[in-house]
Amino acid sequence: MIHENGNGSGTNGNGAQALFRPGLGGGGGVGRFALFEPPKVDAVAVEERVAALGKRSIKKATKVAGLKLAVTMMDLTTLEGKDTAGKVRQMCQKALRPLEEDPTIGPVGAVCVYPNHVPTAKEALKGSPVKVASVATAFPSGQSPLPIKLEDTRRAVDFGADEIDMVIDRGAMLSGDYAKVFDEIAQTKEACGPAHLKVILETGELGSYDMVRKASDLAIAAGGDFIKTSTGKIQPAATPAVTLVMLEAIRDHYYATGRRIGMKPAGGVRTAKQALQYLVIVKETLGDAWLTPDLFRFGASALLNDVLMQLEKERTGLYQASDDFSKD
Amino acid sequence: MSQSITKSSSDLSAVTSERRPTAALEFGHAWDYAPAPESPDHVRIDPKYGLFIGGRWVTPRSGRFFQTISPSTEQVLSEVAEANAQDVDDAVRAAREGYEKYWSKMKGSERAKYIFRIARAIQEKSRELAIVESMDGGKPIKESRDVDLPLAAAHFFYHAGWADKLDYAFQGRAWRPLGVAGQIIPWNFPLLMAAWKLAPALACGNTVVLKPAETTPLTALLLAKIIEEAELPPGVVNIVTGAGETGAALANHSDVNKVAFTGSTDVGKRIQRALAGTTKRLTLELGGKAANIVFEDAPLDQAVEGIVSGIYFNQGHVCCAGSRLLVEESVHDLLVRKLRDRMMTLRMGDPLDKNTDVGAINSRMQLGKIRELVESGEKEGAERFSAPVKVPEKGFWFPPTFFTGASQSCRIAREEIFGPVLTIMTFRTPDEALEKANNTMYGLSAGVWTDKGAKIFHMATKLKAGVIWGNTYNKFDPTSPFGGYKESGFGREGGRQGLAAYVEVE
Repeated sequence: MIHENGNGSGTNGNGAQALFRPGLGGGGGVGRFALFEPPKVDAVAVEERVAALGKRSIKKATKVAGLKLAVTMMDLTTLEGKDTAGKVRQMCQKALRPLEEDPTIGPVGAVCVYPNHVPTAKEALKGSPVKVASVATAFPSGQSPLPIKLEDTRRAVDFGADEIDMVIDRGAMLSGDYAKVFDEIAQTKEACGPAHLKVILETGELGSYDMVRKASDLAIAAGGDFIKTSTGKIQPAATPAVTLVMLEAIRDHYYATGRRIGMKPAGGVRTAKQALQYLVIVKETLGDAWLTPDLFRFGASALLNDVLMQLEKERTGLYQASDDFSKD
Repeated sequence: MSQSITKSSSDLSAVTSERRPTAALEFGHAWDYAPAPESPDHVRIDPKYGLFIGGRWVTPRSGRFFQTISPSTEQVLSEVAEANAQDVDDAVRAAREGYEKYWSKMKGSERAKYIFRIARAIQEKSRELAIVESMDGGKPIKESRDVDLPLAAAHFFYHAGWADKLDYAFQGRAWRPLGVAGQIIPWNFPLLMAAWKLAPALACGNTVVLKPAETTPLTALLLAKIIEEAELPPGVVNIVTGAGETGAALANHSDVNKVAFTGSTDVGKRIQRALAGTTKRLTLELGGKAANIVFEDAPLDQAVEGIVSGIYFNQGHVCCAGSRLLVEESVHDLLVRKLRDRMMTLRMGDPLDKNTDVGAINSRMQLGKIRELVESGEKEGAERFSAPVKVPEKGFWFPPTFFTGASQSCRIAREEIFGPVLTIMTFRTPDEALEKANNTMYGLSAGVWTDKGAKIFHMATKLKAGVIWGNTYNKFDPTSPFGGYKESGFGREGGRQGLAAYVEVE
């Protein structure tokens, strides 16, 4: 009960500790309902719903329009220890003009790299609408002290990142220390300055849809502009069901505040068909307003070429060999 | 198309940071689905169908035929024989002969082989059967394809499995078949209801005269062809088409041992009256006005899906439809908002389009009934919301609709509408929910939505309904008995309990 006024043993001045510790009543209305009694999720029904949406038949003009839209929503990603300036520059070329033969395709929404490669990407994309996203906050585990995570974030922004993809502390999340999770997101948001913040929940480590929902509500309340499923380093990564649960959190936040939060499934989306299924889920859950790169992104690397292959197939009637598409 | 996407994207940046608590979601045309019709080209519907009696196709003695139309286009699909009392008599005689000569003498393991054969043939022809079901009845192809057909096959498979194990079905008591069963089925799930009726009757060693509904005879006739191809002994299954008079002749026939009827409560009562004082056995599966109860602690987004599948599945032509939504008052406004947004995404139209969610109303007559009840709801002061769907010019259509602000005394809260119309009412406590849920002459089904398992069990013990779904709705399985309380009828179909309707246990 000592936390009730928000000034208990909190490590910060904003009272989050009191609001977000499980089992303790917080004074503030918003956080408590949203975070400690977030709406329940029925796993069976969620999976049934995405299975039903996965059966939408997307053909012809709808398919082409959907795939072209998907290209513009892509965060073309390389997050490897072996990344080099050369690799990043090649990926940026692909980001600007995914298919040499067809200038109506692309450019993609953003490229996503480690902080050290932000300057290279920024330079390569100068003058284009393609954003540079950088992972930060001790990606992918997030298991470092907060000052280091914040410094990581500031550096990436200083290097020119337009968007920051942070990771939440899953250890804190699973041990019930929601205050820590919340504070880290809020402070990372502050460290971002003008850069947009995507909050990676790493749903593959959260263990249940209820926990995904809880983390989503937390990330949104703490100031995330986007919520994102995964780092791509953990399996399972994005799934349609997890994405639906997160979109429902976004919808409830929109109902309550009118503020639109973005969504980014990442990892595991490899085929054009999957991409279209995700677009169907977005369209039928949140509606037209979210069918834009401003509010929906795919975090992927292999997806782009499959989408291009399908687009070429729709244009020419034939499947091209995979070597017909550049592997940047 | 891509232009409209770009446009909405630029509109958006202006409002992203704006706080608009009352903002509605927009379900417009930013990315429309192109038509995706299932092609009926390879489906063969004969221009004329006779009666299937004694293993042969015969012209009706009545000499009369009636047309069956597609309710989505009003086009005539075929002409179907109208069986009169003489035709019914022929069919019952054939069934008696089939019973005496073949089916009652056959070992269960042999009967099983025939029933398995029917099940497999249904699977093999499922695409064709699904298309015909959607053409003749108006239901969306995704439902006939994913629900009606797989379940119809499953019912035959399940009961085929029982045929040689019946000695273990009744606590070791001896049993024997009843003889000839007269079965009258409705138009909402034509093939599936035929399967529900035929499979247990055949498994238990009875022979059958089946009468499909007059608006949807085609899949039963295709099933007759399957039965013919499966080489069932003559007379084991007989299919006679016609309207109410044909059904009455069948129910009243003196050599029928058992009558099974699924349909309206009115007709059910008439049949029961007619059978009073006879030795005929009777099971009735009649109307419903089910309560779908949503508690404040329910998974609301999933409850919305359950509400939608509860009442808009098959255009609400479902006897167990969740047509009364009882919602805890504290979440009423939020739930209604979610439901309304969800309904904006429902696609009504061509039943053969794979993206259609809501098809055509089964008949002009049914459409009239729905309209009349909806008008009464408006007159009684309830507030109506209908999904803003585009209604095709031809055919019978009614948009998915709900009423808020209705009371228990409204006709729309008491009478079965049998259409895509939901009546929403509130409650404050579990006891009040129970009282309202049970305050109906029906008792077929109910739904309970809560995250608390104990609450589901508590409600389930007190709800007077034959089928109760917890955190789901309109789920069917041949292993699970289905049937009603009160004026929803008696007898069970499916499961071990369903077998009892077709045997005499000693």
